Amino acid sequence: MKQVFAITRGMLPVDTSYCPGCTHGVAHRLIMECLEELGELDNTIAVSPIGCSIVAHQYMNIDMCESAHGRAPAVASGIRRVHPDKVVFTYQGDGDLASIGVGEIIHAAHRGEKVTTFFINNAIYGMTGGQMAPTTLLGQRATTAINGRTKESNGSPLRMCELLATIDGAVFVERVALNSPGNVRKAKKAVMKAFEVQKNGLGFSFVEFLSSCPTNWGRAPYEAMEFIKEEMIPYYPLGNFRKPEEF
Amino acid sequence: MEKVLMKGNEAFAEAAIRGGAGFYFGYPITPQNEIPEYMSHELEKAGGSFIQAESELAAVNMAYGAAAAGGSVFISTSSPGVALMQEGISFMCSSEVPVVMLNVSRGGPGVGGIQPGQADYFQATRGGGNGDYHVPVFAPASIQEAIDMIYGAFEIADKYQNPVMILADGMLGQMMEPVSLPEAKRMATYEEIRANKPWAITGKGPRSERNVIKSLRLQPDVLEAHIHRLFEKYDRMEKELVRYETYGEPDPEIVFVAFGTVARLVAETMDILTERGYKAGMIRPVTLWPFPFDAFARISDKTRLVVSVELSMGQLLTDVKAAVCGRVPVGLINRTGGVVPTPVEIADRAIKQLKALD
Repeated sequence: MKQVFAITRGMLPVDTSYCPGCTHGVAHRLIMECLEELGELDNTIAVSPIGCSIVAHQYMNIDMCESAHGRAPAVASGIRRVHPDKVVFTYQGDGDLASIGVGEIIHAAHRGEKVTTFFINNAIYGMTGGQMAPTTLLGQRATTAINGRTKESNGSPLRMCELLATIDGAVFVERVALNSPGNVRKAKKAVMKAFEVQKNGLGFSFVEFLSSCPTNWGRAPYEAMEFIKEEMIPYYPLGNFRKPEEF
Repeated sequence: MEKVLMKGNEAFAEAAIRGGAGFYFGYPITPQNEIPEYMSHELEKAGGSFIQAESELAAVNMAYGAAAAGGSVFISTSSPGVALMQEGISFMCSSEVPVVMLNVSRGGPGVGGIQPGQADYFQATRGGGNGDYHVPVFAPASIQEAIDMIYGAFEIADKYQNPVMILADGMLGQMMEPVSLPEAKRMATYEEIRANKPWAITGKGPRSERNVIKSLRLQPDVLEAHIHRLFEKYDRMEKELVRYETYGEPDPEIVFVAFGTVARLVAETMDILTERGYKAGMIRPVTLWPFPFDAFARISDKTRLVVSVELSMGQLLTDVKAAVCGRVPVGLINRTGGVVPTPVEIADRAIKQLKALD
């Protein structure tokens, strides 16, 4: 019998602790598959964030370190300076990247650090139980905005791809979604391109994944996928915002 | 050995490069701006890498990353910058990652002033980051001593897999003295990093297991065991790293305790007191943590007063009182805000305190 699919060597053979319907598992798998296909699993060093995915190092079969909340791009910059020839990436949630870490992500992009950041945007704070994130949508409820986010009280949600695309050093910026098989396939292509940009030494690469948090959205997994499609994608349009000419 | 006249800050930077530091991440802050400036053009000549970070918060996290990846890292800042680095220091201690840090301290609290101060004593020795941890703290009293401490700190940091701090002050950073520079060590190669630091995250390569550098341990018994392991290291540091110097007559009636540049003022003060017919001695802690409590066992029954002389409001005094343990009266002679006392002022106040005992 011909084997047409196998779990990537890049994922350790353990069950993840993520909730049913959480797309962290999908995002992890796409990244590890790409690294395996590129033959770079043994040459990769990554930084896991504060958030649900601080445990990413329990699942990703590569050298990893934890980082303080938001600081992953700075940590990755330090790693990259010591190892100019390895693949370095950060994996960060929306509180980590768009709130406390907004300074570090902008400056890593500004310096054109040759690292890749994967941004898991699920419009809520997961690990801490559902508080509002900078990317929580207007009208969306959260434990620190129980009647729904309003522009007057909380400002409009932050669009990170659009923001980073204005920075010269951010040479590859793309937003994808994990709500459907078609979108997952496109997401994998973006991950692959982001790594190729890094390997070619072109600058900072960034992929934002519109992701789900069924538990804190108070929705079943299938409804969570609908939420991404009906509510998130209209506000956070999918597509490429910047890429090098040759791509 | 040939001597060269150097400004403190530049000498500190050169000492770090010669000590094998390949990586420096810094942010401008007075009175140590010469250090990132020097590093920006000299470090690359030695094969290293420099980043002017977006903040001290970013700099300490870059340092953590580079050190976790096996690099030999030096960072510097001044007091308010150290406040920003506390998160990183706690992280580095828990993750067991070696970094050499220099504080060229100034007046606080808050933005404070830019003149020298010693009011970061608690910040350095008691920690300011969260949780139970220790960082060895070396307090130089001359540019030469600072050079030797910085140069030697990388081996200490690597040996214990822990950050190490050198606590200088703005005066040392800005003054010029003739110094001898030690022989330059070259930066470690990738193979050397993998051999000497098998715990570092360097890319799994042919290793059978990948490495994970972390501080999160959610199970209480696991975290407790980890902390006990860290404290076994700190116990070893207390035995192996503690250093102090003593000066003056045997059986002094007054013993001064002072560190850094203040110790130099006290040395002159002791001469003044001798002229005026008083016998004086000094204990100069060279490590502030571990604090040289044993040095105080030598206080004889002829000593009538121990005085902490410091540019702070009684921070060093806390440890002096603990060391003296009530055997002898303990006093304080201090200035703060960036004001530096003269030896005559210190002598006058010391004599006043001695007379008040009668």
